[in-house]
Amino acid sequence: MELQMEQMNEIKRALQREQRQLMLRKFFRNKLAVIGSSIVLTLVLVAIFADVIAPQDPLDMVVRDRLTPPGSKYLFGADTFGRDVLSRVIHGARVSMLVGTCVGLSSMVFGMLIGLYACYYSFLDNVLMRICDGLSAIPSTLLAIALMAVLGSTATNVIVAMSIVYVPRMARVSRAAAMVVKEQTYIEAMRATGASDSRIIWRHIAPNILSPVIVQASYNFANSIITEAALSFLGVGIPVPQPSWGNILNEGKSVITTGWWLIVFPGAATALAVLGLNILGDGLRDMLDPHTN
Amino acid sequence: MSERLVTNRLATEGHASQGLASEIPVGEMPMNEKPASEKPVSERDVVLQAEHVKKYFPVRGLLGNVVGNVKAVDDVSVTLYRGETYGLVGESGCGKSTLGRTLIKLLDATAGRIVINGIDITKISQREMRTTMRKKVQMIFQDPYTSLNPRMRIGEILTEALVIQNVGKPSERMDMVIDMLDKVGLRIEHYYRFPHELSGGQRQRVGFARAVILNPDIVICDEPVSALDVSVRSQIINLLLDMQEARGLTYLFISHDMSVIRYISHRTGVMYLGHIVEEAITDELFADPRHPYTQVLLSAVPSPDPHIKKNRIILEGDLPSPLNPPPGCVFHTRCPGAMPVCKEAYPPEIQVSPSHKVACHRYA
Repeated sequence: MELQMEQMNEIKRALQREQRQLMLRKFFRNKLAVIGSSIVLTLVLVAIFADVIAPQDPLDMVVRDRLTPPGSKYLFGADTFGRDVLSRVIHGARVSMLVGTCVGLSSMVFGMLIGLYACYYSFLDNVLMRICDGLSAIPSTLLAIALMAVLGSTATNVIVAMSIVYVPRMARVSRAAAMVVKEQTYIEAMRATGASDSRIIWRHIAPNILSPVIVQASYNFANSIITEAALSFLGVGIPVPQPSWGNILNEGKSVITTGWWLIVFPGAATALAVLGLNILGDGLRDMLDPHTN
Repeated sequence: MSERLVTNRLATEGHASQGLASEIPVGEMPMNEKPASEKPVSERDVVLQAEHVKKYFPVRGLLGNVVGNVKAVDDVSVTLYRGETYGLVGESGCGKSTLGRTLIKLLDATAGRIVINGIDITKISQREMRTTMRKKVQMIFQDPYTSLNPRMRIGEILTEALVIQNVGKPSERMDMVIDMLDKVGLRIEHYYRFPHELSGGQRQRVGFARAVILNPDIVICDEPVSALDVSVRSQIINLLLDMQEARGLTYLFISHDMSVIRYISHRTGVMYLGHIVEEAITDELFADPRHPYTQVLLSAVPSPDPHIKKNRIILEGDLPSPLNPPPGCVFHTRCPGAMPVCKEAYPPEIQVSPSHKVACHRYA
């Protein structure tokens, strides 16, 4: 009997070990997840260690060197005030990644919250979804500009304003997915087992709507970087002189014919971040789906 | 009891090649011993008693006003005794699944009383139901492909039931689950599998394990073998019988398959358009069906022998809409022997024998 118990425990441990290895292997075999996460991880590290990596102070003006093309002194060239574009792009990653992550996460959390509860409780459904409809009736950039005008332009307010813009879309996506999941027999089975409403919502419905939600979240992340750039471009985003990819672009627009590097490098950084995020989103979706091996 | 199981098992395995229960001619079906229901009524232990249960689904018009009711279950009384299997049979749309769900308060009854273990569950809130009664009444579902959460491993699915009902210490739960897997004929390595990695029969075993792991008194089986192919069906049915034997479970077995019902249930109720039209000990019902609808159902059971000529009674028309059921006896629109009185009054319940009830004017 004692021996049997030990054997059982041995088997249990072996199975648990195997599971951990399987998860790791599943991640590394998933090329999308690996590529996407390495791009995003690199950008996050760049943002965190911007002070160390950046060759120069992003605010340091050398008027003599204004609009120097990319070369040995300024790898990405210099802007209209003679500031190093490379350093500005590196520091801009800080703002853009922060805005993207915060907006992506908060719109996911609040969007799922609204979507799931609207789906589960029919009395909330009409109220919550009509509010979302109202918000999405206003063009998103316009809404963000209006909110910024009310809130004032600081980095935190950019995040708040854009979260408000993206929550309704996420709410709609998660509600639609949750509607399908809610009708599945396993949800009824959980009710028969005696699970509470919140347990059913968060433990049984939420994991099953993750696929569309993750896709939408990575889209929101990417879009918020672009919208932040647009807000900065219009002058209501991150206040100058603090660099963000958006306001570097904004400053470059007036000299676009002579200083292409002011547009290309922050634009490329934005594109890279968006690409990395989308690839990571797809990879994560595949990885979390138990049907793929 | 054990003899019964052995004969059953032999019978199913012997017939497995020709397609098990549903194709075995009714006359050759192995007879179940009916221990629970043959005892005098006073000695039987009632686990569930439902009286005059109604379940109406309101139909709303454009303005949200109620314009009618779908009478899915209309005045049904049923009693389940400990350790028995009550078969509920009827065509699709007759309300048998709705009745099953209403009896365990997955749906709230519109009217009537449902007493389980002495507690009237129509009077308590869903919260009380969750904390006190859910453990005692469990359900297994028809479709094994949608009844398990695709994102949870088998072990997690079973552990979830224990966590929800707060059974066992966290450290013991894994052993309890592995033990249960073994009891339903699965192995320890299935613990970390996902539902899509299992076959339909294995999934149904998991669904059954989830119900039984909480040690319930009653298990509502909503067509648990209809979605399985015939060779797997016998295994699941034998599993149900073994578990009943071991734990004294009471089953409400919902099916549209007369042969399966005959094989597994001690007593059987025939349902038509929200009413139980006839109820009897299974053998008595099959030997001496009284209600014209039961007779029609029995005549439709297929026989594997093409030489046996049967008098099949073919029903005219469709099941009437439960939104607007016919007045009087609900069956009179299709009944081969309808009388004028059938159009006017719902027939009284007539006790044909102590264990046989029928609702038909013919016997009044």
